[in-house]
Amino acid sequence: MKHQHEPLIKLDKVNLHFGRNHVLQDITTELHKGSITTLIGPNGAGKTTLVRVILGLIKPSSGSIWQEDDLRIGYMPQKLQIDQTFPLTVERFLKTAQTANTETMLSTLADVGAETLFKQSIHNLSGGEMQRILLARALLRNPHLLVLDEPVQGVDINGQLELYNLISRIRDERGCGVLMISHDLHLVMASTDHVICINHHVCCSGHPEHVTNDPSFTELFGIKGSEQLAVYSHHHNHRHDEHGDVIPDPACDHSHNCNHDQGSPHA
Amino acid sequence: MPDFLLFALLGGLGVATVAGPLGSFVVWRRMAYFGDTLAHSALLGIAIGFLLDINLNLAVIFCCVGLALVLVTLQRQRMVATDTLLGIMAHSALSLGLVAVALLEIRVDLMSYLFGDLLAVSQLDLFWIYGGGVGVLVLLKLLWQPLLAITINEELAHVEGVNVPITRLILMLLIAIVIAIAMKIVGLLLITSLLIIPAASARKFASTPEQMAIGAAIVGCLSVMGGLALSWHFDTPAGPSVVVAALGIFITLYALPTKQQQ
Repeated sequence: MKHQHEPLIKLDKVNLHFGRNHVLQDITTELHKGSITTLIGPNGAGKTTLVRVILGLIKPSSGSIWQEDDLRIGYMPQKLQIDQTFPLTVERFLKTAQTANTETMLSTLADVGAETLFKQSIHNLSGGEMQRILLARALLRNPHLLVLDEPVQGVDINGQLELYNLISRIRDERGCGVLMISHDLHLVMASTDHVICINHHVCCSGHPEHVTNDPSFTELFGIKGSEQLAVYSHHHNHRHDEHGDVIPDPACDHSHNCNHDQGSPHA
Repeated sequence: MPDFLLFALLGGLGVATVAGPLGSFVVWRRMAYFGDTLAHSALLGIAIGFLLDINLNLAVIFCCVGLALVLVTLQRQRMVATDTLLGIMAHSALSLGLVAVALLEIRVDLMSYLFGDLLAVSQLDLFWIYGGGVGVLVLLKLLWQPLLAITINEELAHVEGVNVPITRLILMLLIAIVIAIAMKIVGLLLITSLLIIPAASARKFASTPEQMAIGAAIVGCLSVMGGLALSWHFDTPAGPSVVVAALGIFITLYALPTKQQQ
């Protein structure tokens, strides 16, 4: 398994303004080969916007983005609404990735557990089935980096766990980097290497396995019944303002910097 | 078969063949009103063509493309909703065209521009229809994949390396060309119907975009033949007869029982 820390993308002090809204503030981070990075944060924190900046769909107002030469990105959008007037089978949709013969398409569908859907119309798929097809299509491009915007949206809890396991397995087998947005840290915990928590700026980031045992982390991330991140982030922000550093964890080799002192207050 | 009827048939079939695949994009991308707006500006193009003494087909193409660019720019400003903007542009362009034709005292047969003059298709018209038509089909074939990609999802297409603005612009250009060459057949007020009725008819039995595009071309050709037959036997105006024939096919296809819902 490849775990070398070869960077695929580096962001340096990326800022983005939408009118008077400072949506992204001094975001500096790296995405690595063979590593799963999860982006978490409350609603409206700029997660999707950050992903769109990384994908090159939005130009940042300032700061720089470096990416490896010939970086191939497999992107799985949050939702893909295909107009009813557009006739499309799963087979034809996968062909639009333009890299694959039928054999590869079928084996990739098998990888995501959707081989029975090959001949189906794309309009008849359930939410979970559609997510798997989108994932298969992203994989068909043989990406160096897989970018998944809330990959488990509209999938039931069991399906969610399955999908996260699938994503880890894909990383293990293919050695590609993964960047995903998630709302639910409980589920994603086991299958991520690196967590970046943002609320317009990077609040904290680090290896989840290093911090799960930390009592303050458990308090922040593991509140019983707080399935929704919105609750968590509320507490999180509170802590931030009072104590500055979020997760004091000497065992972790990644520093967890809180940028509050430099950044503007949370909106 | 008299010459004029043969020319009409060849011209109609040529336009229908091109209008099928392109009309499919109009349906998929919900550009029906957009196409209509471009078509309405064609008369203004004719007036400009007379004024500058340039080829009328070229003038219509330039006018449509110009209007398309203005539309895209104004759409970005988001001052008014797109459908309002399209409504303003469509009818203003048509009125400007009518006023310009009157002011310039151009002697044109307005009815033939508004509703087409299929039976007056000349050899030169055929040259334009087939020259333009082949050009459009070649471009469509070359750009088929990126065009489908932006139709499925523009962001996904961008990430995968498709130049989305250019591809979209080319699609508009192709629509402008088809409008210019189809005007002769059904007239500027009816062009959109030739684009969308065959495509909408073909949707019923298509399960891939290619099937729909080819199906639309076939339905379009059948409509032209049916419309000409109607016009020949009952002495009805040819352009509207083609549209009526297309409507007949559309209704018939949708009245048929569906085997599988795609």
